[in-house]
Amino acid sequence: MSTAPRPPLGSAASAVPDSPASPAPEPRAIVELDRIGMEFRHHQVLRDVTIRVPKRQTLCVIGESGCGKTVLLKLMIGLLRPTRGSVRFDGHDLNRLDSFELNQVRLRFGFLFQMAALFDSLSIYDNVAFGLREHALFDEARIRRIVHDRLREVGLPPGIEAKKPAELSGGQRKRVGLARALALDPEVMLYDEPTTGLDPIMSDVINELILQTQRTKHTTGIVVTHDMKTVRKVADRVVMLYPLPRLRPDEPQILYDGPPDGLEDHPDPRVRQFVRGEAGERLSELTQGRG
Amino acid sequence: MDATASASPSETEGGRPTPPSAPRAPVEDSPVRRLGEQFFNAVAEVGDLAVFSALTLMWLIRRRPRKATLVPNFYLIGVKSMPVVAVTGMFIGMVLAVQTHGQFKLMGMETRLGSVINISLVKELGPVLAATMLAGRVGSAMAAELGTMRVTEQIDALDVLGAHPIAYLSGPRLLACVLLIPLLTLMADFMGIIGGAVVSIQMLGVDSYHYWAHSRDYVGGLDIAAGVVKSYFFGGAIALIGCHRGFNCSAGAEGVGKAATEAFVVSFVAILFLDFCLGLLWNKVELAIWPDSGTLI
Ligand SMILES: Nc1ncnc2c1ncn2[C@@H]1O[C@H](COP(=O)(O)OP(=O)(O)OP(=O)(O)O)[C@@H](O)[C@H]1O
Ligand SMILES: [Mg+2]
Repeated sequence: MSTAPRPPLGSAASAVPDSPASPAPEPRAIVELDRIGMEFRHHQVLRDVTIRVPKRQTLCVIGESGCGKTVLLKLMIGLLRPTRGSVRFDGHDLNRLDSFELNQVRLRFGFLFQMAALFDSLSIYDNVAFGLREHALFDEARIRRIVHDRLREVGLPPGIEAKKPAELSGGQRKRVGLARALALDPEVMLYDEPTTGLDPIMSDVINELILQTQRTKHTTGIVVTHDMKTVRKVADRVVMLYPLPRLRPDEPQILYDGPPDGLEDHPDPRVRQFVRGEAGERLSELTQGRG
Repeated sequence: MDATASASPSETEGGRPTPPSAPRAPVEDSPVRRLGEQFFNAVAEVGDLAVFSALTLMWLIRRRPRKATLVPNFYLIGVKSMPVVAVTGMFIGMVLAVQTHGQFKLMGMETRLGSVINISLVKELGPVLAATMLAGRVGSAMAAELGTMRVTEQIDALDVLGAHPIAYLSGPRLLACVLLIPLLTLMADFMGIIGGAVVSIQMLGVDSYHYWAHSRDYVGGLDIAAGVVKSYFFGGAIALIGCHRGFNCSAGAEGVGKAATEAFVVSFVAILFLDFCLGLLWNKVELAIWPDSGTLI
């Protein structure tokens, strides 16, 4: 909390969206995607996606591989720019910020990458300390204490600090990635498939860590996943994205937006199939040999 | 399914009027069209590289790279590249002696061998060869390393953690390349001169006194400087092209391999192109300053 860099600009209240479907005023949103469209060259990934995440909510974004979940997270933190629509963080339009301001905004985010994205050339200690040093917030003694604390919080022994990322297992890397993301006490944590590729026990450890972060640090969380166990455990709210090529042009890309218990018996068969892990009509596609 | 996708765009665009020509007919995939597309892509690449280079320079000026990021690059470029540059330099000097000796002997000008070999070495072959070796050893390694970082999202992680990736990755590499390539060039020059002399004098029996005397008469400090000045440009091109390729690496191991080979090929072409342009320019400058300076080559 002590690291909040700048007072919020007063523009948050005036930025009322003009979309007709806007519901009754929610608690103030910290991350807002407003009618986002995203294209790479001629390949459209997101279309007209609107998501508002209120403070302290944990939102799970589910959807099959390639539907644009990672792209969604990268839009939220300004790593990618949308081709349409706007992204706001705490009322600031990310598109309007210069690189210094964007840097200050990113200070309030933590990002756990899909493959942890630890820096290969640096030790575990230097990885976790990286953001702290880069923003020059503390002296080295303080940094040392923070790194120790974070590594302990994610359940890693101190002996690991001198190792290089290549010497760790997948689960350990994920936990170091989490420690690194949490080092700056972020207000918003973005998790990109935190449990993918881990065994069930390690998955549960990570889920617990997400819960713990949410409870003790009161962070807002956005968890991209296709692990329904994670969804049931951590989500306050679930958004389901569907890949654009499988949609008709007039269908919304968000198939579901609501509490996690509404998923199981949702009227839309595509939602039910995803939640239950059934191939559905994809099986007949397979037998027909369609690309 | 795809045909209907473009039929009703107005629905998704919030009632914004769409021009009547919006549902474009599929364009034929003719060779001319593909050629045009490739041309425009190439132009866009060059523009992108220019922007990338400008940003790298801007960051180098704004923020001095930290020692921790500089030292490994200096080591890789300076120390690790030395043996290969020395060996190739020596061999090129030796080959030059063997190849030119026959011609010069026919004309009875064997003792002139020294000037020919040494001036070609210091003005052209030394710098170009050192640069080529550096492009192969270091340029493609940079592209592969940064490409891997791009693919594994480490570059995104740098951004998220508040380090500007261009400042952090590209700046130190550019600095190391530009500062060290002159030394590598001088090393290649020196080894080539030794190699040429050993072959000419020891193996082909050219008179040693005249060999060196002619060398001294024709090869001046200015010629060596010409080579060294060129090498700065080569070094800059190698680092910037290698980093740029890495930053724009496409996904997967295949993408990384492609980035590495492209970095080498593009830098090699850039080296030769720069060599040509700088050679012309140097001649112009030299003629302007010393109108009656007649060099051998
Ligand atoms: N930088 C990029 N350039 C071009 N295309 C991209 C880029 N990033 C993503 N894409 C495309 O966007 C689509 C969605 O990618 P994304 O990584 O968001 O999927 P995802 O939902 O995270 O899938 P997964 O669960 O497999 O991680 C893919 O078709 C991908 O090819
Ligand atoms: Mg992903």
